[in-house]
Amino acid sequence: MELLELSALTLGGKIKKREISVAEATREALKRIEEQEPEINAFVTVDGEGALRQAEEIQKGIDRGSFTGPLAGVPAAVKDNLCTKGLRTTCSSKILYNFVPTYTAEAVWNLEKAGAVILGKTNMDEFAMGSTTETSAFGVTRNPRSREHVPGGSSGGSCAAVAAGECFYALGSDTGGSIRQPSSFCGVVGIKPTYGTVSRYGLIAYGSSLDQVGPVARDVSDCAAVLETIASHDTKDSTSIPRKDLDFTAALTDDVKGMKIGIPRDYLGEGLDDEVRRAVVRAADVLKDRGAVVEEFDLSLVEYAIPAYYVIASAEASSNLARFDGIKYGLRAQEYEGLHQMYKKSRSEGFGPEVKRRIMLGSFVLSSGYYDAYYLKALRTKALIRQAFDRAFNVYDVILGPAAPTTAPRLGESLQDPLKMYLGDIYTISVNLAGLPAMTVPCGQDEKGLPIGLQLIGDCFQEKKIIRAAYTFEQTGGGQDR
Amino acid sequence: MSRQYETVIGLEVHVELATKTKIFCGCSTEFGGAPNTHTCPVCTGMPGSLPVLNRQVVEYAMAVGLAANCQINQYCRFDRKNYFYPDNPQNYQISQLYLPICHDGWVEIDTAAGKKKIGIHEIHMEEDAGKLIHDEWEDCSLVDYNRSGVPLIEIVSEPDMRNADEVIAYLDKLRMMIQYLGASDCKLQEGSMRADVNLSVREAGTDRLGTRTEMKNLNSFKAIARAIEGERRRQIELIEDGKKVIQETRRWDDNKESSHAMRSKEDAQDYRYFPDPDLTPVVISDQWIQDVKSRQPELQPEKMARYQREFRIPEYDARILTSDRHLADLFEETVKLCGEPKEVSNWLMVEAMRLLKEREQEPEDIRFSPAHLAGLIRLIQEGTVNRTVAKSVFEEIFSRDVDPDQYVEEKGLKMVNDEEALLKTVQEVLEANPQSVADYRGGKEKAMGFLVGQTMRAMKGKADPGMVNRIVKQLLTK
Repeated sequence: MELLELSALTLGGKIKKREISVAEATREALKRIEEQEPEINAFVTVDGEGALRQAEEIQKGIDRGSFTGPLAGVPAAVKDNLCTKGLRTTCSSKILYNFVPTYTAEAVWNLEKAGAVILGKTNMDEFAMGSTTETSAFGVTRNPRSREHVPGGSSGGSCAAVAAGECFYALGSDTGGSIRQPSSFCGVVGIKPTYGTVSRYGLIAYGSSLDQVGPVARDVSDCAAVLETIASHDTKDSTSIPRKDLDFTAALTDDVKGMKIGIPRDYLGEGLDDEVRRAVVRAADVLKDRGAVVEEFDLSLVEYAIPAYYVIASAEASSNLARFDGIKYGLRAQEYEGLHQMYKKSRSEGFGPEVKRRIMLGSFVLSSGYYDAYYLKALRTKALIRQAFDRAFNVYDVILGPAAPTTAPRLGESLQDPLKMYLGDIYTISVNLAGLPAMTVPCGQDEKGLPIGLQLIGDCFQEKKIIRAAYTFEQTGGGQDR
Repeated sequence: MSRQYETVIGLEVHVELATKTKIFCGCSTEFGGAPNTHTCPVCTGMPGSLPVLNRQVVEYAMAVGLAANCQINQYCRFDRKNYFYPDNPQNYQISQLYLPICHDGWVEIDTAAGKKKIGIHEIHMEEDAGKLIHDEWEDCSLVDYNRSGVPLIEIVSEPDMRNADEVIAYLDKLRMMIQYLGASDCKLQEGSMRADVNLSVREAGTDRLGTRTEMKNLNSFKAIARAIEGERRRQIELIEDGKKVIQETRRWDDNKESSHAMRSKEDAQDYRYFPDPDLTPVVISDQWIQDVKSRQPELQPEKMARYQREFRIPEYDARILTSDRHLADLFEETVKLCGEPKEVSNWLMVEAMRLLKEREQEPEDIRFSPAHLAGLIRLIQEGTVNRTVAKSVFEEIFSRDVDPDQYVEEKGLKMVNDEEALLKTVQEVLEANPQSVADYRGGKEKAMGFLVGQTMRAMKGKADPGMVNRIVKQLLTK
């Protein structure tokens, strides 16, 4: 088996047994990056030198016995909205084209402590706003499975890098589906954990109350292992939750006997592509065969999730992105007269159209006279959606459905109609509004050979249940070969 | 002026809290320090940084609220106030709008017409901004974020004050109360206490409030009093001229003793307040409130009453001694050591106050230790030094905190009560001043005072004045 085909855990095991050196694995990955990047463009920044230097250090650490974890020495990539000390972090925006953080995000730091080799920073939709990675200021990322198609977004670079074998796993972030939808489009596994499980310290915020960092990997086991590594209680993040059940790899058991799985009828209705529907229903049947109790139910309120999400996320974004003003770091307009014009020109030049659209939307819904009608109403909707999930989880262990209504659209198809693009988030967004964990596992492909993703949603803090269901499904062949 | 007008004043007072670290990060709050040295990713608004609330800020805010008879919001929250300015690194300030920590309280002040309650509308917590420095030489602006994130509380009063005296009394009351709580040093000049004055006028007898203005940049009590008078007069003149008062923010220039408009309500910004999603709500339990209550120190009114009762000190003196917590602590500790409250009070009220005035200092600047004042009082009582010498020793204690025993010993200031030595000196003085001796004997009793003075001088002030008097008289009448 070729080195780059190994899973992260397998590679980690071989490195530990000295069958493969960290430098060897790193060089192989960098070589693949060099070959693939001209076309895929999954990375904004590749840090070859840094990676080789790290590889040497980590090898020493492994030899000394200071790195003992299962992922020590395994090369990885990090989404470009996670701060990395000394390594440019752009959020794929022109406004941060030259920004080099002075500190490292907690999730990345947790990886570094476990001996990860960071190869570079992956492309994304600008400030994580988008579903195709086409809003990046550093060019589009192509889907490695079919290069005329988008990889999805906003963590499109991370998912494409994993799918293209440029790294063994990657970190992404998910505010409304930004890990799960591109995982679905690229045929990889991704988890958005319960809100508060992975520290947001150092994650450049989009919608603070919805953002979560999570792993993207080749299989369920790698995904669980990476999540176990990055999850921690962080006192630097007030929304971080202390948990004692972060041993996610303990849930890697091939057993769903008696597990109650619900499929929301609302997730199989209008707007869902037939091929995607068939693959999802087939996946449910597979789990049923393995002993799960599967039934359909009405979740309700699904149609309200998108407007509520765009109000809340945009409101938070309009404030979160105010700090990018050209004063302290990032792009400053060349010519301006006075402070006001400096702000205006720097921000006009620095932000792309989708980001501007959401800043304007967010500013509008927070303005005096509209706050109650939009923002407060959206918060109430969010609470109701949470209640609907609570009712469902009184009955079911896991909710199953598609990750996206279609497979990956062609490049350039989505941006012309933003509203339609927003509708593509319909199955993922309510999960963020309710703060729930959810993951995507591949469950087949359409006629064109584009991957289809199965979404498994758990109740808060029930990552282990969805990991177990996903692992069991994966063991059956996971629809990979269908 | 034909008509009678009433002035209606409400205050917004910002107080910098005395926490060691900032409100949302671990950086030092210490004043001074090279620019941008007390900073981190959080207080400079770096991408990805997150605020974490300093618990001590909540405790101080609660302590002030409880002392001001406020209700505590047991579920309170922080909101973002969005506006662009370079001293504000995130371009939003974390403050409280919807659910401030304290509301509906009051403090009592003394006015010409007796005691009066001033309502407290609310107290909220927020972060301070950085400081902009305009470098005219280089024609550029620089920003120092050392102050960014220093915790503040804003105390918003009801429009219950009617003149400058009441405003000053209210501010004095707040300052004393907050200093007693140890929540802030409340220095107007250094900016750790800042007051904005909301003022309107209306015809006497009406209930409806007039249009108000907000006055900023008031750096001393005197400036506040002058600004109130200036604004009152300006508004009345407008009304008398048939013009309208415009709701606006004005900036006071104390040198020119006039104000100018900064911004009117029309171009007031929409701050787009919304709950900060990076901070969880602050839930305050009954137990926490009880804990803060039980730690509240004795405040000035109680302390003043106790001094009158326990130490039999007159009301006037008790008020001054308790006007500053440091002074009161010094008084009590000295009394504890020497057991002479009247004597201690006298030294502080007369000599210490005189020296403070001379040196343009405040009671909080007193630096000597209670043990040294107690030691001096003991030396007087033992007859080791006379009062004249004691005053000069006190000055040394006040200036350099010297140990009085050691100082008196080293400088040879002990009172001379050696009969023979005194007798000899008096004889010499009388011989040297035959005219005065003759005057006295001729009936001019005043001449004796001169001779006593000359003797004291010859003894370098160290003689026991009683003994000198006796011996001079004895020799003159011989």
